[in-house]
Amino acid sequence: MQSMNLNPINGPNPGQSLARRDYRGVASSQPSSAQQLQTSAANTLLAASGPAPSLPNPMAVPFNANVPSNKSPASVFGGVATAPKLVTRPPTEQKLPYGVPAPTAAGPEPNNNAPRAVQPTMPPTAQRPPLWQPGVAAMPANSIMQSALGNSQGFMPPPLPASQNVPSQQQQLPAPGMFGAQQQQHGNAPLQYQAQNVQQQPLSVAQQGFSRLWGQDTIDLMQNRHILSPATIAPPKVVLHNQFHESINCSGSIIRCTLAKIPESNSLLQKSRLPLGIVIHPFRDVNSLPVIQCVNIVRCRLCRTYINPFVYFVDSKMWKCNLCYRVNELPEDFQFDPATKTYGDVTRRPEVRSSTIEFIAPSEYMLRPPQPAMYLFLFDVSIIAQQSGYLETACSVLNRHLDEMPGDARTQVGFLCYDSFVHFYSMAEGLNQPHEMTLLDIDDPFLPRPDSLLVNLKECKELVRDLLKQLPKRFAHTHDPGSALGAALQVAFKLMQASGGRITVFQSCLPNKGPGALEAREDPNNRSAKDVAHLNPATDFYKRFALECSGYQIAVDLFLMNQQYSDMATISGVSKHSGGCVHHFPLFQKTKQHMVDSFKQCFKRYLTRKIGFEAVMRLRCTRGLQVHTFHGNFFVRSTDLLSLPNVNPDAGYGMQISYEESLTDVKTICFQAALLYTNSEGERRIRVHTICLPVTASLPEVMHSADSEAIIGLLSKMAVDRSTASNLSDARDAFINATIDVFNAFKIAQNLPSGQSGQLIAPRSLALLPLYILALLKHPAFRVGTSTRLDDRVFAMDSMKTLPLDQLMKYIYPELYKIDALVYHVRNSNISLTQDEDYDDDELLPEMQRLQLSAEHLDSRSIFLMDCGTLIMLYVGLNVPTDVLEALLGIRSTAELPDYVYGLPNVVSAESDALKRFMLRLNYDKPYPPLVQIIRQA
Amino acid sequence: MAFNFTAFTYIVALIGDAFLIFFAIFHVIAFDELKTDYKNPIDQCNSLNPLVLPEYLLHIFLNLLFLFCGEWYSLCLNIPLIAYHIWRYKNRPLMSGPGLYDPTTVLKTDTLSRNLREGWIKLAVYLISFFYYIYGMVYSLIST
Repeated sequence: MQSMNLNPINGPNPGQSLARRDYRGVASSQPSSAQQLQTSAANTLLAASGPAPSLPNPMAVPFNANVPSNKSPASVFGGVATAPKLVTRPPTEQKLPYGVPAPTAAGPEPNNNAPRAVQPTMPPTAQRPPLWQPGVAAMPANSIMQSALGNSQGFMPPPLPASQNVPSQQQQLPAPGMFGAQQQQHGNAPLQYQAQNVQQQPLSVAQQGFSRLWGQDTIDLMQNRHILSPATIAPPKVVLHNQFHESINCSGSIIRCTLAKIPESNSLLQKSRLPLGIVIHPFRDVNSLPVIQCVNIVRCRLCRTYINPFVYFVDSKMWKCNLCYRVNELPEDFQFDPATKTYGDVTRRPEVRSSTIEFIAPSEYMLRPPQPAMYLFLFDVSIIAQQSGYLETACSVLNRHLDEMPGDARTQVGFLCYDSFVHFYSMAEGLNQPHEMTLLDIDDPFLPRPDSLLVNLKECKELVRDLLKQLPKRFAHTHDPGSALGAALQVAFKLMQASGGRITVFQSCLPNKGPGALEAREDPNNRSAKDVAHLNPATDFYKRFALECSGYQIAVDLFLMNQQYSDMATISGVSKHSGGCVHHFPLFQKTKQHMVDSFKQCFKRYLTRKIGFEAVMRLRCTRGLQVHTFHGNFFVRSTDLLSLPNVNPDAGYGMQISYEESLTDVKTICFQAALLYTNSEGERRIRVHTICLPVTASLPEVMHSADSEAIIGLLSKMAVDRSTASNLSDARDAFINATIDVFNAFKIAQNLPSGQSGQLIAPRSLALLPLYILALLKHPAFRVGTSTRLDDRVFAMDSMKTLPLDQLMKYIYPELYKIDALVYHVRNSNISLTQDEDYDDDELLPEMQRLQLSAEHLDSRSIFLMDCGTLIMLYVGLNVPTDVLEALLGIRSTAELPDYVYGLPNVVSAESDALKRFMLRLNYDKPYPPLVQIIRQA
Repeated sequence: MAFNFTAFTYIVALIGDAFLIFFAIFHVIAFDELKTDYKNPIDQCNSLNPLVLPEYLLHIFLNLLFLFCGEWYSLCLNIPLIAYHIWRYKNRPLMSGPGLYDPTTVLKTDTLSRNLREGWIKLAVYLISFFYYIYGMVYSLIST
């Protein structure tokens, strides 16, 4: 069961391991080239690979001395941001390799940063020391070092065996077919056409294939502009040398680690300069979740880890915990397999067959009887709120989806309105319409009556519906400018105290009355200033309130529909520390239909999505690791326990991980996140996710296994902390320094020549990091110089902390597609449709290529689609052919498009249908369908 | 043998320092409990925060006594700690009550280890100064 590296890789004989590799390389080159023919994605190569042998990388060791003083991104964000030192190689190390002709014997080699155009003229057998090839990993360490060194000096390459000469030519090319190889001789050859290449140089392609197989190919970012490809976007694959473990490892959509291979010690991590942490989406809606109910849940007696697929079974009666390594006994009934109703085989239990599992918890997991679903809605009805007219929309959506709110027969709801005073609605039995009471003394709020303010939804549905119909009219003519949010929250707390639940607050202006009153802090003239002030709360009233709530299992969700500055930084504290969520609809107006639609979709999702009450989440790590910092909306109750009064399926969390001791004696490590919650039917459940990751001692392996999306997810969270703790420009500097550090570290790890300008070699795994960092620097959360409202900025920062990774990436770096391919595909498949009546074109969408967000990709003859997560934009060029326009949008020329168009027009055509299906596919994983906006080229 | 103001000052300082040692021990225990999951951070912060200002004030009071009786050496020994206390309190997180510790951030590994280290260092400082005050008291009592 234990994952073992079966390849005898540590053999000291380099020749032997070279032979192995060559043999393996040839042997497996055929299937991999076949793969290349089929798909353009290099990640399919990865997927097709079995357990890949990991070669010891001799480069990691000799160069420890060259690593500059350690500064991890954590310290970049935590300490003073300084420019990293550029390390120049001491000349004393520049010896000539053994058996290599003197450098004077040959003319200077063309340098690595020679113009690309030169290279096609090079003979394919050009001898050139490989700069970095996994193939050379089998060479003795010093010869690699020296050949790479020699290259910087321009000397004659060592007479390598033929098998190693060939890849050197390939090295000059960017990784084939992936990274804008268009300028090259081979081509305009995207990956599909590399088969040609295979015939010419089977071995080199085999080695290229290998390097890609291990995810260890590099890209020169200075030479390759088009780096956004399926190969770079796909997260690195977790290689565990155990196919069963690999196949059941926790899905990347739930837990992603910034490094797919964990460095074995803190010093190795520091050398890589990469942040170590995980981003997790624990309550994600999943399709097939094994739910099991058992008498006793098998857990480690020492660390309370839940049994998981990565434990080691000592024998049929004992298992060894994979987190603390304690040997535990298995209870008798664990031998029984409920699916097949047989005894004896523990490996068939669902607990050890799935790394994401849900247990129905017995009564030991309850401190009190599971609470019913309790929903309390707080509406701001001040004059500004009335002007925006949100109440009408909110009430109508509530009315429509009242039955779909999760809950059982015990579900209770309540409503409060507040302006300068707090208005209660009693829906007692026997009343034929709701009864309003107004609390005038907002400085010392109390409940006007103990009961019937929160009522059972099933029993009082008619009264509730009646109230929701009356509310918008009731306050339509108030002109009260006050908003006593603090007082309303305090009475809401008193209402919910007994059971806990969810408070939903709709706020549309600055709270200015009673406790928690705030003053406008933002200076509108300073919106584009370099230094952004007031990112921190003005008072701790809302934080203290949230902490009090979290003690009573109450979460506060905030919908901010503000017309003007409302101090999001302060009032969002009420959600941040109580495990709630924040939604922001700036400048909401009921007259703007697209805003109303967008709000409706969001609110509908909010009401009908799953909800977990009185939840706690614990993250356990293998001994040697510990959670350093948590990111997200929650209250940290102890060093590894998050208190989440409510948990919702759209909330993501991040954790920075630090070392307690080194991991030199273990092969794999695990993270286990266990979320204990009460579902809306009053059932106590535990959702357990376990992810297993290999440990490595090699710096290049660490760098090549970096997951740039997860890194961005974590860095953005750290930067938000940094900007609130220090200031925004520090956070921006930290972004840049973190990136520079990583690439410097890679240079050192790979022993690339320093000092060469015009070259930036990046591992494929980190190729997109600078792109994302630049996107972050332009994001509303971190940008300077562009006018950004403070509330918008604070909301954007809040989203960085709480969005799950897939949505966060769209938020940071939207996806851009060219619709032409879709139209083309539809028209072509239409032909086949007429030829073959049985042809089923359902679900057959073409592979859409993502484009980098650069104006160079835009052209006036095409339509583009940009998916920002909560908004989809269609950009219509001026010269789009009429037939395409007609088929997609039902207009004859682009000029017919008005300035503001929202929603896709209803056109009955195959093209429009395909576009809709494409959007459906884009929206598949999103919480709610985003707004579609159509813009035309100016 | 002379019982003068200096000797009185040192006696008061001894008693006060004993309290400070207790404060420091309590501080260390409290953070250790937090680290080992025994206590809820809200409760822990609620019990620690009211003690911060008394500790600082007591320490400043002792040094005022040193100032009045002209014990410059003892005063100089304590000035760095006073400066640290003032700096620390000026940079405290936003909170409406007195105190230093914010339950939402107190469990961050960095904050926790810093607070724990601060507790140990202060305990050492108070202990050393305790013995120094004994010396100072005896010295002022026997000097004529």
